[in-house]
Amino acid sequence: MELTKEDILKIANLAKLSLSDEQLEAMKSDMEKILKFVEKIQELPLDDVEPLEYINQDVNVLRPDAATYTVSQYDALKNAAVKDSDYIKVPKVLG
Amino acid sequence: MMHYTGLRRWQESLNNGEFSCLDAVNHYIEKIEKDTHNAFVEIFYGEARERATVVDQKIRFGTAGRLAGMIIGIKDNICLKGHRVSAASKILDGFESLFTATVVERLIKEDAIIIGRLNMDEFAMGSTNKTSVYGPALNPHNKAMVPGGSSGGSAAAVAAGLCHAALGSDTGGSVRQPAAFCGIYGMKPSYGRLSRYGLIAFASSLDQIGPLTTNLEDMALLLEVMAGKDPMDSTSSSHAVEPFSEALGSERKYTIGYLTETLEHPALDPEIKQLTLDTLDHLRQAGHTVVEAHLPHLDYLTPVYYIIATAEASSNLARYDGVHFGYRSPNATNMDEVYTLSRTEGFGPEVKRRITLGTFVLSSGFYDAYYGKAQKARRLIVQTTNNIFEKCDFLLTPTTPGTAFPLSKVFDDPTKLYLEDIFTVMANITGIPAISIPMGQHSNGLPIGLQLMAPVFKDFQIIEMADQVSKLSTYNPDLVNK
Repeated sequence: MELTKEDILKIANLAKLSLSDEQLEAMKSDMEKILKFVEKIQELPLDDVEPLEYINQDVNVLRPDAATYTVSQYDALKNAAVKDSDYIKVPKVLG
Repeated sequence: MMHYTGLRRWQESLNNGEFSCLDAVNHYIEKIEKDTHNAFVEIFYGEARERATVVDQKIRFGTAGRLAGMIIGIKDNICLKGHRVSAASKILDGFESLFTATVVERLIKEDAIIIGRLNMDEFAMGSTNKTSVYGPALNPHNKAMVPGGSSGGSAAAVAAGLCHAALGSDTGGSVRQPAAFCGIYGMKPSYGRLSRYGLIAFASSLDQIGPLTTNLEDMALLLEVMAGKDPMDSTSSSHAVEPFSEALGSERKYTIGYLTETLEHPALDPEIKQLTLDTLDHLRQAGHTVVEAHLPHLDYLTPVYYIIATAEASSNLARYDGVHFGYRSPNATNMDEVYTLSRTEGFGPEVKRRITLGTFVLSSGFYDAYYGKAQKARRLIVQTTNNIFEKCDFLLTPTTPGTAFPLSKVFDDPTKLYLEDIFTVMANITGIPAISIPMGQHSNGLPIGLQLMAPVFKDFQIIEMADQVSKLSTYNPDLVNK
């Protein structure tokens, strides 16, 4: 399948990845090779086959709908790169 | 320090007071520090020594658990509370686990000692260990060769005698392929047999944690300790846990199938093919029935795998947004840049390729043609596999088409490396158990592994049969640790 640079940029934007011009060229070439590789599945007769979505055999795994205390605020903030004592900080969203 | 040959013998020496767990831990720490295979990315000094002291006391009081004194390394995508975990990625730079993985908790409860975290391909995406942010782990048989991947550090560490056993994770062969390349045992249990809670997700419907060991007795015991339902992972199975250790020593005769398509595959090394044929002959001579089986879908497996795995990965890895944890780009000035620049600077090239493919196959206009079709193909492959297992109890195949290849080998096309998984992805696509057994030595001096597969939840039987197959092995483990 032929891809345009715009196709790749659209996908990269959906995935929140940015590509330099050089990387864009390399990604386009890699994607074309990989798509050619996975294209093979189009040969399979699959019209009457139901998709398999869940590989595990247990159905309806239920648990009590009860709130539990799992992470303290201190711990939850521990791994954030930018924070103050109460919140994770991000750049201003509204002007 | 005594050479490790298996936990039972090791515990005899501990119980006889020949040495203590603390002596052993210090010995292994020294060994890891001097080692040059880049297998460990961090030693848990305090944790390991503290646990060793506690276990020594328990041994004195006669209250030690079943894994007392076993020194275990964990792949860098399995969590231990209060310790770093990074999936060998810059994007998890500085991240510290808030929880302990259920399987690790169960190991510790039986007095195993977790000595550190092990190198791997970034986010478990790779077959070489070369995509790691820490640089590649090296093959203990020949440092110019890859140890395999993605659990390359786990396999290298066990093969080099840096720990007694290791945990890896297997999404498309990531435990079995490095085990084969490094001459040890590596198993992917049935999907749902072990809890995935505390494993950094790559492709949730394919991922399964698995042990890497030097012998099957340790493998069986580790599975026994770790297996079973976990309320924290709804995909963990409620299927009863069998006493896997009791599977050893059986002489029960079985029907073993071989897949003509694997043996006739053009990529298969002739010596590996011969070893597979010889092993089948020996099994026949030992009284087992050997039958031919067919998997006409063999060449479709890897494409199906790459569509499903990357689709799930693109979704699972969406959580790395630079906000809640891990790396945040210092160059970001607005919210969109926080996401985009953190991900762009934090992920390596292979991870970006797979996220991009996964995003593509899930995107509007392509979903049905790729992801939808792959899900249908998955059912077809499950049905074919079920049919195969109506005629035989196990399948025996090579684990990999070749032996470990040079680190310097360049793949101009990423899909050439994806073919490394051709014999292993079947077990992940279908959820069945599979184990790689070190069976022989190639004329190039590198180990060869053969793979045994069984129907889903026949994990007990696969150990039973692997034990019988391993007795035919011409692999000499003494060549390791040199």
